Amino acid sequence: MPMKSYRAAINEAMAGEMRRDSSVIVMGEDVSGGTGAPGEDDAWGGPLGVTKGLHTEFGPTRVLDTPIAEGGFIGAAAGAAVTGMRPIVDLMFVDFLGVCFDAIYNQAGKFRYMFGGKAETPLVVRTMYGAGLRAASQHSQVLYSLFTHVPGVKVVVPSNPYDAKGLMIQSIRDNDPVVFFEHKAMYDEEADVPDEAYTVPFGEANVVREGEDVTIVAIGKMVHLANEAADNLANDGISCTVIDPRTVSPLDEETILEEVEATGRLVVVDESHPRCSMAADISSIVAQKAFKSLKAAIEKVTAPHCPVPFAPELEDLYIPKVEDVEAAVRRTMA
Amino acid sequence: MQLSRDELLSAYRTMATARHFEESVFQNFSDGKIPGFVHLSAGQEATAAGVYMALDERDWIATTHRAHGQCIARGLDLQETMDEIYGATTGVCGGKGGSMHIADLDKGMLGANGIIGATGPLAVGAGLSARAKGENGVAVAFYGDGGSNQGLIFEAYNLANIWKLPVIFICEDNGYAEATPSSYSVAGSQVARANGFGMPAVEVDGFDFFAVYDAMREAVERARNGEGPSLIHIKTARFYGHFVGDAQTYRGDGEIDKLRAEKDCLNMFREKVVETGLLTGEQLDEIFEEERARVADAASAAQVAPRATEADLMTDVYASY
Repeated sequence: MPMKSYRAAINEAMAGEMRRDSSVIVMGEDVSGGTGAPGEDDAWGGPLGVTKGLHTEFGPTRVLDTPIAEGGFIGAAAGAAVTGMRPIVDLMFVDFLGVCFDAIYNQAGKFRYMFGGKAETPLVVRTMYGAGLRAASQHSQVLYSLFTHVPGVKVVVPSNPYDAKGLMIQSIRDNDPVVFFEHKAMYDEEADVPDEAYTVPFGEANVVREGEDVTIVAIGKMVHLANEAADNLANDGISCTVIDPRTVSPLDEETILEEVEATGRLVVVDESHPRCSMAADISSIVAQKAFKSLKAAIEKVTAPHCPVPFAPELEDLYIPKVEDVEAAVRRTMA
Repeated sequence: MQLSRDELLSAYRTMATARHFEESVFQNFSDGKIPGFVHLSAGQEATAAGVYMALDERDWIATTHRAHGQCIARGLDLQETMDEIYGATTGVCGGKGGSMHIADLDKGMLGANGIIGATGPLAVGAGLSARAKGENGVAVAFYGDGGSNQGLIFEAYNLANIWKLPVIFICEDNGYAEATPSSYSVAGSQVARANGFGMPAVEVDGFDFFAVYDAMREAVERARNGEGPSLIHIKTARFYGHFVGDAQTYRGDGEIDKLRAEKDCLNMFREKVVETGLLTGEQLDEIFEEERARVADAASAAQVAPRATEADLMTDVYASY
C-alpha cells in the first residue's frame, strides 16, 4: 500500500469524489488561491496545500475562491447544499467559527428537522484545529465539542491518514452536515493509504490496541500521545486499551462502554479545555452507564481552562503531553 | 399592463387569501388557539403577490419570519400552511417548524427564517445551485429593513456580485425592525447600498401590486439572462405589530387607521383594475368572500388536526443514526 500524508489523503478523497459526482464543489478562502490574480490560478491550494490541484483539474466553477466572509460563504454553502449541491466548504481555522456559526447550527443543522424531514443538507465544513504551531489564541483552538452539542450536525476528527481519507469520502457522501476537523500539526504525517475509494463509517470507534488494565479514549492528534503512553506503560507492566472514536458525533458509546467494562478504568485524552468538552462528555457517559465496573475515579487529560498562549514555553505547558497521560493512567492504578 | 385577466384575478385571490389568513391567525392566536408567537404580514400582500407572480417552479426563495402571505403566494397548500402554524402533524413541516420556519422545498421555498439576515447567503447558495443546474432559475432573498443592517446581507451582496449569480435581493421594508423605525436604524439608502456593490437597484411602492410586479419582472429577466443580481427595495407597512400582542406604542397616533384607510393594497388594486375596466367589483367581491370562507374552513380544520406524539420527537434529526 502506498504511503501518503494526512494532507494527500484528504486531497485524494476530495478529488475522487469530485470526479465521481459533479455536484461536489469546493469553496473557501484561497482554496485555489490566486483566482483572478496575474500569477498562477492554483497558487496556494488552501493555506496548507490541502486543496492543491483541484482548481487546475475542476476549474473555477467547482473550486471557488471566496472573499474573507465566512458568514456569507458558509451560509451560501448551506443554501447550495439544501438545493442540490454537495459543497465542501473550508472554514480555514475553526477559531473563525464566531463569525459563521449561525449557518452551521441554526441553518444547515436544523433544516432536516424543522422542515419535517423533507430537507437534505449534504454539506461538509472542513476546518483546521489544534495547538502546537505557535499560532496563539485565535488560530489554535479545539472546538469540536461546540458542534457536538448541536443535534443535526455530525462531527469527524480523524487521527491518521487512512481514516482521514475514508472519513472524508463518507462525509461527502453523507446527507447531513458534517464538520470535518483536521489537526494542523498532522498534515505531514504519513501512513498506508489505498489508492481506491473507501469509506470509514461514522459512529464506529477504532480500538487501536487492546489491554487489560486501563482504557484510554483519545481524540484526533491525542491518539498518538495515548499510544506512546501505552508503549511506555507496557514497559512497567501496565497494559492499556486505546480507543479512537474517530467521530465524536455520532459517538460510539457502545465500544467505549464495553472496553471500560473490561478494564474498569478510564482515562480520556482531549486537547480541548476541561469544561463541557468531549472529555467531560465521555466521562459522564461512562460514570452513568458503566459506574459499577469502575475500579477508580475517571481521569481526564486536557488542556487547561485558559486561552491558547503564544509564548512557546507557555504553549508547551498548555498542550497535553505523553507524561500527563502516563501519570493519569498511574493514578487510576494507584 | 401585461397581465391577463386571469392573472389579475389570481393576483387578487392571492392577496385576499393572505389577508384573510392573517386576520384569522390574529383572531385565533388572540383566542389562545395557536401556540408560540406569530408575525403577521397583513398590509404587505402586494409584495408577496407581485414578487411571486414573476417567478416559476425553477426558482428558489429564502424568506423572513413574516412569511404566511408569501407561502400562500408561492402556492403552498393552504391547509398544510395553516396546520403548520397550529403545530399539527399534517402541517407542511409536520408541525416541527411552525410559523417562523415554514418551508416546502418541493415548491422552491427554502423556508421562513427566524434568523434575521440569514436569507441572503442561503439565496446566494441557491443561486449557485441554479447556475449549476443550467435551467436559468433564480434565487430570491427576502429580508426586512432590520435585516438590511446585518453584515451577512452585505456579504451576500458581495458574493452574488463577484460571481454574477441569478439572485434577487428584496428588502421588504415595512418601516419597523421590531419596534425600531428604519428612519432611525438605516444609514444611507438601500438603493445606494446596492449600487455600492455594482448592483442595479430600484425603490418601489409596496402598496402597489403593479409596481412590485414590474420591478420584479425586470430583475428576474436580468437574472435569467445571466446579467447577475439586482435589489428591489419595497416600501410597505404592516397593519399589525411585530408580533401578535405587540402593544405598538411606538407607532404614531392614528398611523394604522390611516394605513388601513389609505394604503390598503387590496383596495388600491381594486381601484386600478375596476377603473380601467379590466375587472369588475363584483368579481373581486366574490373572490374576497370565497377566500374568507376557505381560510375559515382551514382554520377550523387546523384546530382539530392531529397533533404530534412522542414518537415524532426524535425523527428527522439525521439522515440515519
